[in-house]
Amino acid sequence: MRGEIVKDTQEKIKEVVLESGIKVKPVYTPKDVKKIDYNKDIQNPGEYPYTRGIHPFMYCERPWTMRQYSGFATARETNKRFKYLIEHGQTGLNVAFDLPTQMGLDSDDIRAEGEVGRVGMAVDTLKDMEYAFEGIPLDKISTSLTINSTAAILLAMYIVVAEKQGLNPEKIRGTAQNDILKEYIGRGTWIFPVEPSLRLITDTIEYCSRYIPKYYPVSVCGYHIRESGANPVQEIAYAFLIAKTYIQRVLARGIDANDFIARISFNFDIHGNFFEQIAKFRSARRLWAKIVKNEFNATNPKAMMMKMIAGGGGGGLTIEQPENNIVRGAYYALISALSGTQTMALCSYDEAYTIPSEKAAIISLRTMQILMEEMGLCDTVDPLGGSYYIETLTNQLEDKIVDCMKKIEGRGGIVDTISKGEIQKEVSRQAYIYEKMLQSGELVKVGVNKYRTDEKEERTIQFHEYDPSLVKKQIKMLNQVKNTRNKKEVSSSLNKLRTMAHTDKNLMPYIIDCVRAYATIGEITSVLEEVFGKFKEPVRI
Amino acid sequence: MQDKKIRILIAKPGLDGHDRGVKVIAQLLRDAGMEVIYTGLHQTVEQIVDTAIQEDVNVIGLSILSGAHFPITEKLMKQLKNKTMNDVLIIVGGNIPKRDINGLKALGVKGVFTTGSKFEDIIDFIKINAG
Repeated sequence: MRGEIVKDTQEKIKEVVLESGIKVKPVYTPKDVKKIDYNKDIQNPGEYPYTRGIHPFMYCERPWTMRQYSGFATARETNKRFKYLIEHGQTGLNVAFDLPTQMGLDSDDIRAEGEVGRVGMAVDTLKDMEYAFEGIPLDKISTSLTINSTAAILLAMYIVVAEKQGLNPEKIRGTAQNDILKEYIGRGTWIFPVEPSLRLITDTIEYCSRYIPKYYPVSVCGYHIRESGANPVQEIAYAFLIAKTYIQRVLARGIDANDFIARISFNFDIHGNFFEQIAKFRSARRLWAKIVKNEFNATNPKAMMMKMIAGGGGGGLTIEQPENNIVRGAYYALISALSGTQTMALCSYDEAYTIPSEKAAIISLRTMQILMEEMGLCDTVDPLGGSYYIETLTNQLEDKIVDCMKKIEGRGGIVDTISKGEIQKEVSRQAYIYEKMLQSGELVKVGVNKYRTDEKEERTIQFHEYDPSLVKKQIKMLNQVKNTRNKKEVSSSLNKLRTMAHTDKNLMPYIIDCVRAYATIGEITSVLEEVFGKFKEPVRI
Repeated sequence: MQDKKIRILIAKPGLDGHDRGVKVIAQLLRDAGMEVIYTGLHQTVEQIVDTAIQEDVNVIGLSILSGAHFPITEKLMKQLKNKTMNDVLIIVGGNIPKRDINGLKALGVKGVFTTGSKFEDIIDFIKINAG
């Protein structure tokens, strides 16, 4: 998306307004940045407030991690794709789960019909996770699990798989998305009401901070909030409010801010105006450092460093002229490198149509590799730092984000406004306005509302074929596991979980016991649902 | 065209939680003067049919982005037939590959609107065909 509105005015120069409402001047000069105090506001990379990056040498020392989202069908198929990507130089995994897994349903559940293995890997029991990571050493490859309402269960499975690989839990690296509050705003894979969901997240953060210190138990996602229609300011503001909520819950359990805030990471979106995105990340990094230092009184610099994965966003890609998405992806990757991200992921060019083909996934990977190894993006840190325009935008965006956060806090806070459906309404209102501007041509999208060509078919896209026979395979395996597991162990661990869910004890150890006994994801979720109930969506249009 | 206000049920069947598009369409059709009932997420086909009967709608619009458009639509058409709701206009929107459009129409879907469809095309289609 062009992400800006250009209005013809009486004068020769057109007025440009960014999505965040900032007016862009045709020329920026030293005057614009004269109030900036380098030592206080910007500082060298690796120093508070980390505007230029969280490490002194950033990519010169360690380039970004490339982590394409993948996973489909069964664990066996996914394992093959994982190995293929690792073989081609991918440095981290990002697991996609199918919708039944994300919603806590077993593959043989009637509500899972037609969805098993469709948008990601199907997981019913620990057995599936054992197969998915067969031959992949979990201490060497860091893995990101894109899972939210059932994250505690999948994390438990991951822990047990590592245990079976003979690894000490302290060695496990990776991230669980585990950001339920954003699921109520966008993406929608919620199960339980807000409060018990928050409890589960707090349980996982607490558990990880005690036993799996190298793991990131939450990745707070501005990404999906923006993909649902939010502007860049709201993306960061809402994500920070959500992160603050999780932090407050964990602090209430008596854990020191210095011990766990460093393990909360962020997932942000890239599409829209090039410079606005770069400034967005620089301002977010600075603001997060201030929040952690001033509001949570942390003294550990690691806690103040905002770590993020930047995703070349699906929202910017188009169905029309899909090859253009390869070019867009390259720009998104460039934005991401100029923003100082820790991890990069790109939506593949065919993703508006299908689960990425092997070819499309490799093009995304190569895009990032070309940037890293041919273009000099790793030679010096924050090359745009000091630009009159970028520094001005960085300041303006920070002010706007702070403002947006204050407004929501004044309205009762993010939990309250999400529970009432107010944030959702705001975001979908914005999506509507945006779509109208796109349809009227006020916002330009190349190949969509300008330079459009009529295509009869999607000739160039190789569809990922969904194989209905895999459902039978998956259910067969589920039944095999059910027939061979120790039934007594299953029911006693589930009963124990039910009992503990009524208390305020941390549920992770009990979920781990259920998983180890090969209880299914559906069985564990049902037990929790009995105690927690179900979220009632506040439908407001 | 007709005098009576068009009542449309906008439904989000299945487990897919991507509701940006469906909420945009709900706002659009409401602004176009229709009575819009939006189901919210995670609806079973049974729930959708029940709501359609209760709300006495003349149009059902399904939003599907997970790729499961065939199994879901097939199920819906079967259940509508069982309840003898034969005069309801069925439209489907979302991530629907062009090659699947004819297949959906063969199931009884009257209009398929893929991502990026023109607003006026959707409104006109419903106004002309709902009755």
